[in-house]
Amino acid sequence: KQMMVREALNSALDEEMSADPKVFLMGEEVGEYQGAYKISKGLLEKYGPERVLDTPITEAGFTGIGVGAAYYGLKPVVEFMTFNFSMQAIDHIINSAAKSCYMSAGQISVPIVFRGPNGAAAGVGAQHSQCYASWYASCPGLKVLAPYSSEDARGLLKAAIRDPDPVVFLENELLYGESFPVSAEVLDSSFCLPIGKAKIEREGKDVTITAFSKMVGYALKAAEILAKDGISAEIINLRSIRPLDRPAINASVRKTSRLVTVEEGFPQHGVGAEICASIIEESFGYLDAPVERIAGADVPMPYAANLERMAVPQVEDIVRAAKRACYRSKPMAAAQ
Amino acid sequence: TSTDPLTIETSLPFTSHNCEPPSRSVETNPQELISFFRDMATMRRMEIAADSLYKAKLIRGFCHLYDGQEAVAVGMEAGITKKDCIITSYRDHCTFVGRGGTLLEVFSELMGRQGGCSKGKGGSMHFYKKDAGFYGGHGIVGAQVPLGCGLAFAQKYSKDETVTFALYGDGAANQGQLFEALNISALWDLPVILVCENNHYGMGTAEWRAAKSPAYYKRGDYVPGLKVDGMDALAVKQACKFAKEHVLRKGPIILEMDTYRYHGHSMSDPGSTYRTRDEISGVRQERDPIERIRKVILAHDLATERELKDFEKEIRKEVDQAIAQAKESPMPEPSELFTNVYVKGLGTEAFGADRKEVRAVLP
Repeated sequence: KQMMVREALNSALDEEMSADPKVFLMGEEVGEYQGAYKISKGLLEKYGPERVLDTPITEAGFTGIGVGAAYYGLKPVVEFMTFNFSMQAIDHIINSAAKSCYMSAGQISVPIVFRGPNGAAAGVGAQHSQCYASWYASCPGLKVLAPYSSEDARGLLKAAIRDPDPVVFLENELLYGESFPVSAEVLDSSFCLPIGKAKIEREGKDVTITAFSKMVGYALKAAEILAKDGISAEIINLRSIRPLDRPAINASVRKTSRLVTVEEGFPQHGVGAEICASIIEESFGYLDAPVERIAGADVPMPYAANLERMAVPQVEDIVRAAKRACYRSKPMAAAQ
Repeated sequence: TSTDPLTIETSLPFTSHNCEPPSRSVETNPQELISFFRDMATMRRMEIAADSLYKAKLIRGFCHLYDGQEAVAVGMEAGITKKDCIITSYRDHCTFVGRGGTLLEVFSELMGRQGGCSKGKGGSMHFYKKDAGFYGGHGIVGAQVPLGCGLAFAQKYSKDETVTFALYGDGAANQGQLFEALNISALWDLPVILVCENNHYGMGTAEWRAAKSPAYYKRGDYVPGLKVDGMDALAVKQACKFAKEHVLRKGPIILEMDTYRYHGHSMSDPGSTYRTRDEISGVRQERDPIERIRKVILAHDLATERELKDFEKEIRKEVDQAIAQAKESPMPEPSELFTNVYVKGLGTEAFGADRKEVRAVLP
């Protein structure tokens, strides 16, 4: 059976709201409008305005209210129309949600999910196209998840809602409409994925490629192209950015001896940078080539289509980097 | 001391905005008045002792003292129950004690010891007592107001028929997120009371230099408000009782407590560059919350001057004992560095400064 990511998220929300009356959804346009991206379609009708709450466009206010409700023991799911707008509320995510358990020596727990589309969208310019994975993942106290497929979306969102800690759940607008095959197990209402565990999407032996969210799809496409050239790439879908599955990444690199990290976010201090550091620290002796990083260009997102394409990783970038790691690429003329 | 009812007038009338103010006649009894005296004197002594401990370098970092403002903490508790929630700023020592926190927990926390209410991991600004509805202790100015509205949301959602008091200072009263949260609270009829403890200075900035309108009880516009003499514990009690009933039926209200802090903003502030010594001593002489209750007790012959002095001596001893005991409390175990990062750490590895030397599996 095939399922769209949008349906996967919607069904996960629906099932968790049905299973636990403490779960409620709040955010801009989640109710009567049925969700800016229709993720919450039908939920207002099913659960009523007490549990599906349309908020004004005031992120700091409603995020603080969500966190306060979690202090009391409810399980809020706070939707950001996009994670760009979470910047208005980042103080509550970092200072009010992530740190309270620690500061109170465990008295206050914060079972909340902050979710919404993250990363580069299409043609919306710099303020609506940014990946915040490395921002949130740098903060202890938060768990940060990034689903790729419908299986990921269902399993990770259900895990996030059931988890007793604050979870930042980074979706991708451009994946909402994509369909993926799902098994009967994935469709079962008890289905849940473990937080902190990466998934090997494709096994390989020559080079490890790590990616998350939309870039997993690109990495898989790159792997197919590489296979034609006789390069066997292992694709790791990180799923969880914090905790980061260092053991899985290191085990893979120890097998392949080569690493390419892929992400849409800015390169400096990015998720790839952290993965590189982990490999250098733990598996330096196993490397046969320098680590390669593919990331968003180090510029604010431009609007013009040709520039935008240059600002986000493309499949050919991943292929080139993997070949370089395997000593099979020719240097680009422009770079000489 | 008896619990025979006694009615006492508040020192000043309430001023209201968009609501009928409560009566100035406050129902109380001798036992309550004596407890007001004892509790406020304990808080006062505790804060003065914290000042000394800070100067002796036994307390680190920030330390914001509450002396002068005690009537707010004590009067509020008299008007509500422990099922109601309170959330406040970093000036939280006395609010914690009002909720039933002990002196030992206070001093242990201030000195960063295991016996502290946050096991030494929170510090002066991060006291909590969830079992008595106290949700902290927040260090970011104004952030506790939306959080408090969230607590009230959860109370209403759970049909608990209880309310939340969200306390903030006149400095925080200008924060944008306060108005965002108030708007939502009014839209959703949340049972939240915004309590502006107006001590007239946000750090060193006088209220009129920070607020175009320092009439904080009116700043909710469409939300009713009440200005209260925050130096009169009985007026605070009356206002909080009134506010609790109001919000359960009609949604949020603002209480502006006109109060005063004798200390500077924090320990690094002598509190004398932006206000005059005369102003401070004038408040002490004319409006001090403890002296006011002392006068009421004496005027009604509920205790003798001697008995009140004896209370104060006892309190001094209690505070000294708590400090001595707190000093005996050990520092947190090094292993505590890695606890409480998460409720469920999922067995993730976390690292110390030198990750090859210090690493731990999160519980």
